[in-house]
Amino acid sequence: MSYFRAENLSLHFGGLKAVDAVSFAVEKGEILSIIGPNGAGKSSIFNLVSRIYPPTSGRIFFEDQDITQQPAYDIARLGIARTFQNIELFENATVLSNLLVGRHRHSTTQLWQELLFLPPVRASEKMHRRRVEQVIEFLDLEPYRDKLISGLPYGVRKVIELARALCSEPKLILLDEPSSGLNVEETDDMSFWIRDMKTELGITVLMVEHDMTLVNRVSDRVIALNYGKVLAMGTPAEVQRHPDVVAAYLGA
Amino acid sequence: MRFVFKTDYEDDIRLFPHSGYVYSYGVLLALLLLAPFVLSSYIMSQLVFVCIYATVGVGLLILTGFTGQASLGHAAFLAIGAYTAAYLQQYNVPFPVYFLAAGLLTGVIGALVGFPALRLQGIYLVIATISFAFIVEEILARWESVTNGNEGMRVKTLQLLGTPVSRDSPAFYFLCLGVLILTIVGTLNLLRSPTGRAFVAIRDSETAARSMGINVSLYKVKSFAISAGITGLAGCLFAHKLSFISPEMFTLQLSIEFIIVILIGGTFSLHGAVLGAIFLVMIDPFLTYLKDDLPIIISGVAAALGAGADTAANIRSHVAAFASANGLKGAIYGVIIVLFVLFEPLGLYGRWLKIKLFFQLFPLYKRATFKRQKIYVKSERNR
Repeated sequence: MSYFRAENLSLHFGGLKAVDAVSFAVEKGEILSIIGPNGAGKSSIFNLVSRIYPPTSGRIFFEDQDITQQPAYDIARLGIARTFQNIELFENATVLSNLLVGRHRHSTTQLWQELLFLPPVRASEKMHRRRVEQVIEFLDLEPYRDKLISGLPYGVRKVIELARALCSEPKLILLDEPSSGLNVEETDDMSFWIRDMKTELGITVLMVEHDMTLVNRVSDRVIALNYGKVLAMGTPAEVQRHPDVVAAYLGA
Repeated sequence: MRFVFKTDYEDDIRLFPHSGYVYSYGVLLALLLLAPFVLSSYIMSQLVFVCIYATVGVGLLILTGFTGQASLGHAAFLAIGAYTAAYLQQYNVPFPVYFLAAGLLTGVIGALVGFPALRLQGIYLVIATISFAFIVEEILARWESVTNGNEGMRVKTLQLLGTPVSRDSPAFYFLCLGVLILTIVGTLNLLRSPTGRAFVAIRDSETAARSMGINVSLYKVKSFAISAGITGLAGCLFAHKLSFISPEMFTLQLSIEFIIVILIGGTFSLHGAVLGAIFLVMIDPFLTYLKDDLPIIISGVAAALGAGADTAANIRSHVAAFASANGLKGAIYGVIIVLFVLFEPLGLYGRWLKIKLFFQLFPLYKRATFKRQKIYVKSERNR
């Protein structure tokens, strides 16, 4: 049985089939990239997996558990974290509190304890803070801890979003265009971090990406989509040579 | 300039980041404790109102400032707290019990209001909370067996531990101040815990909050309940301070006054609630001054400039008519809100921070430091 599995997943907006009977599986510990032209349905798949959209039909399994009907906030609790294409950070909060929100799924304290800030709350806050610091170290975010998000440049925000997802200690992470808007050096850093996430932290990665160099460098397998349908699946080299994929990109 | 070197995670958690805070708040607390022995009874009475309004302001800040859910129904929550206290007092329930009961009942009703509010955003939520306030006002006027209808209810002198606490006594002031301080400390504790961070997360991006594992509906209801509960506690004190309550005290105008408190004080920090409350309570003496002294001053100036006795008297009666016109208060509120939204959206506390930074950086302060950034792309797709 696969680690993560989507079966005949569909999302229709009226007559538009954004995602049309897509099936794929992610093995534990691999990096799987989804590529495709604009509007192919890549981000829609992510929004289906993180339960922001309810699927029209099809089912999603994670660790052999059907999560198709789980509420969106439960997805994180199961160990699936995500980033967004257009950065969805908490703009008017500091980097630190953004990252601490990532720890939310591990918080166990009760409201009345928090009102009085009793010792258990203090202890768990320190524990969360320590974990957040590990992520800050992993992604070299030390200069930004107390800065407000609204004052930070785009490239840094992108990394902070990744950091927030990592703070939840996910088993599976969904990266929606991790390199969009980043320059060449930042993209290089991103590819190292994605590799490290797999090798050092043991996180399974599912990512949507346009930058083929990044895809080639980090992916174990690639899925190519067009018009909501799977065109090809396999190693990066295989997929890029596939005639349908070439046709979709070059219009041949 | 002071540099805070952090050496422990505790440094990120503590309420006072450095010793300067301890001293300045210590001095402030000492002054507030000495106030009743120095200041006149009129100013003390105003200070009690500042404490009560600031408590409501803190409650409203939790909901509007930190969770991002607007409410124009807080006068109704205040009314529920006040009437609960007045009703229970009739049956000789001791103060601590009906004080807590006022908070608890209002909190529960706040949660009930929170449920339908889950599906509403922005202006629609404002309309829903206004409707709620009107419903409560109407119920208070009609449910005569409990609320005594439009005749209102008399609130007896507060009995605390067997001793009467008059509404003008220093003891009552200390009680209100204590409630305010405890509310502020509790709220600060909440804001540095997972719940507070969840509120802020919901304010800034519901989608992201949800995908980080925050049960958005649950936390919105929690925010409504806490906000209403605090307002209910303030309502109990409000009833005692006025010693008489009737439905027409808890109108839309009062809700707007609470919005003014946080809007003018600053919606991003609890300081805003206190500064806004001071500002709002000061408007009333200012209006009285307008009514009494302004006509005399203006006609005096006109006479000095060479106007005849008839003209001066004419000017005086016109200014007096203007200053005592109906709805002048509302108009002034409106002008104040508009001016603050346009020129100082961060409120009085924002202005205070700017002044503080100006002196900290003395010759180096740039106006652009606090310049608002325009956000060109704001995704609304995943609401």
